[in-house]
Amino acid sequence: MKIFENISESIKTADEISALSFVNKAISDGIPAAVILNDGLICGMNIVGELFAKRIIFLPDVLMSAKIMKKCIEILKPYLAEENFTYKAKIVIGTVKGDLHDIGKNLIGIMLNGAGFKVIDLGNNVSSEKFVETAISEGASIIGLSALLTTTMSGMKEVINILSEKNINDIKVIIGGAPVTKNYALEIGADGYGYDAANAVQLVKNLLNLN
Amino acid sequence: MKKNFSELIQSNKILLADGAMGTELFRKGLKYGDCPEEFNLIHPEIIKEITESYLEAGADIIQTNTFGASPLKLADYNLDDKYIGINSSGVRIAKEVIGNSAFISASVGPCGKILEPYGDISASQMKENYRKQIEILIQEGADIICIETMTDFNEALIVLEVSKTISDKIPVIASMVFEKSENGYFTIMGNSIVDSLSSLIKNGADMIGSNCGYGILSMISIAEEFRKFTKHPLIIKSNAGLPHYENNILKYSETPDYMAEKIKSLIDINVNIIGGCCGTTPEYIKSFRKVIDSFLKNSKS
Repeated sequence: MKIFENISESIKTADEISALSFVNKAISDGIPAAVILNDGLICGMNIVGELFAKRIIFLPDVLMSAKIMKKCIEILKPYLAEENFTYKAKIVIGTVKGDLHDIGKNLIGIMLNGAGFKVIDLGNNVSSEKFVETAISEGASIIGLSALLTTTMSGMKEVINILSEKNINDIKVIIGGAPVTKNYALEIGADGYGYDAANAVQLVKNLLNLN
Repeated sequence: MKKNFSELIQSNKILLADGAMGTELFRKGLKYGDCPEEFNLIHPEIIKEITESYLEAGADIIQTNTFGASPLKLADYNLDDKYIGINSSGVRIAKEVIGNSAFISASVGPCGKILEPYGDISASQMKENYRKQIEILIQEGADIICIETMTDFNEALIVLEVSKTISDKIPVIASMVFEKSENGYFTIMGNSIVDSLSSLIKNGADMIGSNCGYGILSMISIAEEFRKFTKHPLIIKSNAGLPHYENNILKYSETPDYMAEKIKSLIDINVNIIGGCCGTTPEYIKSFRKVIDSFLKNSKS
């Protein structure tokens, strides 16, 4: 439908006025909020993610699109609640202990949220125990760990160690961040490695068999 | 004996910078989650030891442990009220060890916040943050301000402006982190090498360049890219590759000998300061020293 293209396009170009007015129009046309979210907003944010992955656009562009997406979701929230919208799964994310970089992690949060997952963002400098405790208490399916420093990557291994000590097999761990590689993920026994935000969303879908 | 830094650079002499501070701190007892710069106050003996080791390795330029010591960054550890002590002792420890045997370069890293409108900090807030830090660094007698690991040249420009306002004589180095994409090298904020270097040079950076990154080979091609556009003094400080686990120990993939062999290419393209970033140790700097010395010897004869 044309309206979804319009919403998606205005998210892509970070055109706030158009995005908000198209979303409002879609609601008044009686389109279910979940459909507006999926076919309009998430679709737009996916394009943003792909363009960023290719570095055709950069972080400032993504942040602007994300800000506008957030405002649109605010409009949709009461309607989503009425429709008993449920998230696909819960994901706990954060930057590992000792690491205060949260740009990449925030981006993943935005993309995952945009893709219909409930994201519990623990922020940065998060202890390994807290990741595990939160994932258990919230019933999360996945823990997403971010590190931007080569010096803090060890925290990722610690989370995996704690999970295996507790014999927890149903919480998957995915990792990412500038110094992190696929090999590193294999070495420490992570369930997956996301080389960028868009890739992380695909990774989560694959792990949860949501394709 | 220490000469004038700016003159040395203009004379195209190659200087050796030191290696990593952060990874050295972890080797010497810094725990994950602790603030590396707080060691200036609580473990000055460790900072002293690292500084000594780089001096012994033959570095001409040695950095202070002040990378994350701007108040905004320290606030992440609730240590922002200690910024004066952390920065002043950072320079003092270096001075005590080095005296006049090397240049003291005051490290200034990103404050961790993104400028408006993309992020939530205004230019004037950011300026004030860096002014607080750099005033102390210069007062305590740093020879150079080294702005490093920047991904947004607007942030680097703010630090540059603040430094030059406090002292128009202090040499300022501005070093950024680039990643490779299909369309060339960009920072994550979308700054190209040519845009970064032209705005930094225009605004008075005495030296420009790149640090951190993905290993020595990518740093060589970044240096080549810089040299396509400018003859301005250039600094390159490479990571020792990317880390991986070997028997539960974090190891960096590139050895001192491997990197030392490759830095010959940096010398060939007229990089003026060569040093190391994450993963490099005094051992690496010793190997670099040999390569640079043999070049300097040959170029004289």
